[in-house]
Amino acid sequence: MLAVDNLAFGFPGHTVGRELSFALADGEILCVLGPNGSGKTTLFRTLLGLLAPQHGSIALDGAALEGLPRAAIARRIGYVPQAHAGYFAYSVREMVLMGRTAHLGAFGTPGLRDRALADTALETLGIAALADRPFTEISGGERQLTLIARALAQEAGLLVMDEPTASLDFGNQVRVLERLAQLAARGIAVLFSTHDPDHAFLCAQRALLIAEGRALALGAPRDVIRSDTLERLYGVSVRIVETAGGAHTCVPSLGRQT
Amino acid sequence: MTARRVSYLAASVTLLALVALAFAVGRYPISLGELATLLRALLTNTPHDLGSNVDSVVLQVRGPRVLAALLVGAALAAAGTAYQGMFRNPLVSPDILGVSSGAALGAVLAIFLSLGALGIQLLAFAGGLAAVALVYGVGARLRGHDPLLALVLTGVVIGTLLGSAIALLKYLADPTNQLPAITFWLLGSLAAVAPGDLAIAAPFALAGLLPLLLLRWRMNLLALPDDEARALGVNTRRLRAIVVAAATLMTAAAVALSGIIGWIGLLVPHAARLLVGPDFGRLLPLAMLIGAAFLLAVDTLCRTLATIEVPPGVLTALVGTPVFLWLFAVSRRTW
Repeated sequence: MLAVDNLAFGFPGHTVGRELSFALADGEILCVLGPNGSGKTTLFRTLLGLLAPQHGSIALDGAALEGLPRAAIARRIGYVPQAHAGYFAYSVREMVLMGRTAHLGAFGTPGLRDRALADTALETLGIAALADRPFTEISGGERQLTLIARALAQEAGLLVMDEPTASLDFGNQVRVLERLAQLAARGIAVLFSTHDPDHAFLCAQRALLIAEGRALALGAPRDVIRSDTLERLYGVSVRIVETAGGAHTCVPSLGRQT
Repeated sequence: MTARRVSYLAASVTLLALVALAFAVGRYPISLGELATLLRALLTNTPHDLGSNVDSVVLQVRGPRVLAALLVGAALAAAGTAYQGMFRNPLVSPDILGVSSGAALGAVLAIFLSLGALGIQLLAFAGGLAAVALVYGVGARLRGHDPLLALVLTGVVIGTLLGSAIALLKYLADPTNQLPAITFWLLGSLAAVAPGDLAIAAPFALAGLLPLLLLRWRMNLLALPDDEARALGVNTRRLRAIVVAAATLMTAAAVALSGIIGWIGLLVPHAARLLVGPDFGRLLPLAMLIGAAFLLAVDTLCRTLATIEVPPGVLTALVGTPVFLWLFAVSRRTW
């Protein structure tokens, strides 16, 4: 699906990350962990073709990302940004319909099939009841689900999600992760970043730990998310605890300075 | 669904009623029956017995003026709708962005250089384009400020600068024939529109309208943050350039025809958005209907209120100023 080889990325005159290689298969969830400023968002923007790679290559289904027209990229990768309030009061259904843009001609407007796909996406995310509400007036969690529904209506094989659980309450975080797992079960590859390592344990097949733009570790969450890696990543001490059911969770310990 | 249809229907019926009223009232009143007779005679190409006065008042005097009001009102409303969606900012409009001033400067320059109606159109377009590029370029570089405020203030400041350039041209103009022409034209009026002016302005306005109509779905995506629109498959830079050119072309066509008539491009898109929501495909036609109706109503009032004609820009400003202040007071991040 996605193959990244020896990638260096950043802005003109400023390299944010380098020597990054990884691949993502259909139906796989890869969780990207890293402290603030480690380059997660810049990496995602590069993978989406919004920033040109400085070195190395990105391939989508075997084809080089560079040189693909925007619509061709959009038919393969869907982007789920952090939820924002929006500027104009588009309805939730209209927001989701915008996901169909890459499938329409330059002068096209959404047809019956596009509307049906948008409605299906709303139902899949469990927000069909919100369809006619203004996007500007729903809650943050509902907005995040709307943006995921929009990416789903895009019918892309890979979803790139920038901190989809940020600023959501505990229940909405879990609900979003549940939806991610369901999408992956349908064969969609998911790349998402988060600030909570537990999210990787909950739903990711693999985790990529990024520190200062370089890969610190890449592998199954229970192999790479350890006390020592998290301490290097975040500079705090953490214990990984295995619960009775076999699940893993991170328990930070406070008061290291005392 | 039904609310939208009601909005369209109400706007269309109002527009038709206003057109009939505009033909009927004035110093030489014409009854609706006479209008109907004349219309039937024209459509069936048969003679009528109304007399040549009715003929010339309707076809020579009021006809071009009504058409010009419809064209200018619809063009300014469409341009305002496009600018507001594109800049994600409900407080911008052709006049606030300085496009009208830029177009006016181009047109005044054309009058100063004694160019014909086509020259006025072309220089108005060039002036409008230069103004919007300048305002957007400067406004985008004023980082660290509220972008909404930065764009509006830059537009006002650049508009003032362009105003001084116009003042300089007026100072240099020939006081016996050029200066009166420039002054009356700048006041903003539909009184002096000749059929020939309409024939030149209409193709420009249509050339600007066509891309907006064709791109009506994509326009919606410009209301999203840039990264998102691009990730959804839109070449935002190219789309913005096309939309700016199209909206500026429409503004220039309107300004070259009627001078500066402010506020329509700001007020009308708001009214239309309140009725049918922000979807550009539904918003654009309704904004054009309302814009045409609004300017026709204003112009009809202007020529019938008093024995002397009031410039329509005066009336639109009386409505526009309080509404703008109200919008500024209530606008938060969303609208």
